[in-house]
Amino acid sequence: MDTMEPILAAHPFFRGLDSRYLKLIVECASRETFSPGKFLCQDNEEARKFYVIHHGRVAVEIYRARRGAVTLQTIGEGEVLGWLWFDRPYHWHMDARALDLTRVISLEVQGLMDRCNRDHDFGYELMRRYAHHLAVQFRVTKAQLADFYGD
Amino acid sequence: MTAKLPDPMLPTPFVVQKVKRETSDTYTLDLSRADGPTNFAFAPGQFNMLYAFGAGEVPISISGDPAVPKTLVHTVRDVGNVTRAICRLKRGEVLGVRGPFGVPWPVDRVAGEDVLIIAGGLGLAPLRPALYHLLQHRGEFGNIELIYGARTPKDLLYPKELERWRGRFDLRVHVTVDSAADDWRSNVGVVTKIIDRARFDPPSTVALICGPGVMMRFTVLELMSHGLTPEQIYVSMERNMKCGIGLCGHCQWGPYFVCKDGPVYRFDRIKDWFDRREV
Ligand SMILES: Cc1cc2nc3c(=O)[nH]c(=O)nc-3n(C[C@H](O)[C@H](O)[C@H](O)COP(=O)(O)OP(=O)(O)OC[C@H]3O[C@@H](n4cnc5c(N)ncnc54)[C@H](O)[C@@H]3O)c2cc1C
Ligand code: FES
Repeated sequence: MDTMEPILAAHPFFRGLDSRYLKLIVECASRETFSPGKFLCQDNEEARKFYVIHHGRVAVEIYRARRGAVTLQTIGEGEVLGWLWFDRPYHWHMDARALDLTRVISLEVQGLMDRCNRDHDFGYELMRRYAHHLAVQFRVTKAQLADFYGD
Repeated sequence: MTAKLPDPMLPTPFVVQKVKRETSDTYTLDLSRADGPTNFAFAPGQFNMLYAFGAGEVPISISGDPAVPKTLVHTVRDVGNVTRAICRLKRGEVLGVRGPFGVPWPVDRVAGEDVLIIAGGLGLAPLRPALYHLLQHRGEFGNIELIYGARTPKDLLYPKELERWRGRFDLRVHVTVDSAADDWRSNVGVVTKIIDRARFDPPSTVALICGPGVMMRFTVLELMSHGLTPEQIYVSMERNMKCGIGLCGHCQWGPYFVCKDGPVYRFDRIKDWFDRREV
């Protein structure tokens, strides 16, 4: 049996998803490991993958010529990376670099989109999770903008 | 014959034993009584009124270990006249102390629970005594998670102690900053996001929160979205103070005097006031 299905089933992003749908996702999935310092994606590259992190830590960075890499956020086990994959221009807008040894299940975006278009119930389930993820990202960004620790 | 109680309005002289610079504008002072070694008993979360001679008096939380009452410890950020005068004190100099005052963290009433300690910026100072207490009585509690956020790595209080705590097996420490250079090995992101990674059983958890208002507001919302009720959440509030003992009304906040009804409140008791701009 493919061991990706239980990993996906236990991951917060997919928790509670019907096993029929998990099987569709596994069809687009492969395992990847990134050693510390390796990039999962880089600014301007075509966004072909959606990463489900199940071990390790990743820094999401923006590179500035003067300041070098600025870390916007670190993400880790139980989180996902690549939440802009549903929108044009399907390009990464930042760099993501492994901080520790990082294991992910990478999902091929085109494959996922095709399956969403073929089965709208599946598409809805994925969109629901995606919308929740966006809402959390929005809350986090708002909090970050509010200068949390200033008086 | 009845013993005369000390006048709570009269400062007791304390001598500065040690000054440690924590960040660019924040200092930790170790103090001891000027008239000889005497214990200063307090409960985690309480504060003292510190009187800098010639400058004035301000409320400052006690940041030391309640099990080491011979040394009184305060961590002070220089934000104005009085705090600047306190931060400039040198070893051997004297300041006045009144206290301890206020309602403490409920550390002696939460045995059996998982405890989340969530601090932002200087907010770790009033929470540190609570953590000391929890660790001294470690067996009585479930998981203990410290979640601490600051603007940058340079703004973190007690970095050596954070490292020591991080090395313990019976405490999980999550430190996060808003921004950092790429040599920073820990998290970047707001404290609310880290709550996702903490291990706790929502019905058997209490959260102790201290930090700027906006940070506490977002943190309470996040905890409630994880299933905590307002009765399980405690926050520490700040208001300008004069007497510190419920006489002058200077610290009035809605129906409360923060110096005597607070600074620590269970969230359900203040939720109607918490979000208001002016009360
Ligand atoms: C219960 C309690 C516990 C506290 N514990 C600590 C502590 O452990 N360490 C510490 O450094 N400070 C603590 N404070 C805050 C401290 O009392 C104030 O920073 C101090 O009163 C400022 O006095 P000042 O004369 O130095 O500055 P002021 O001249 O009075 O003010 C200078 C600037 O600081 C701002 N300011 C004043 N008071 C506060 C405040 N409470 N919070 C944020 N900004 C403020 C003013 O708006 C002004 O912009 C605590 C306050 C309370 C009520
Ligand atoms: S400071 Fe006087 S009543 Fe609170």
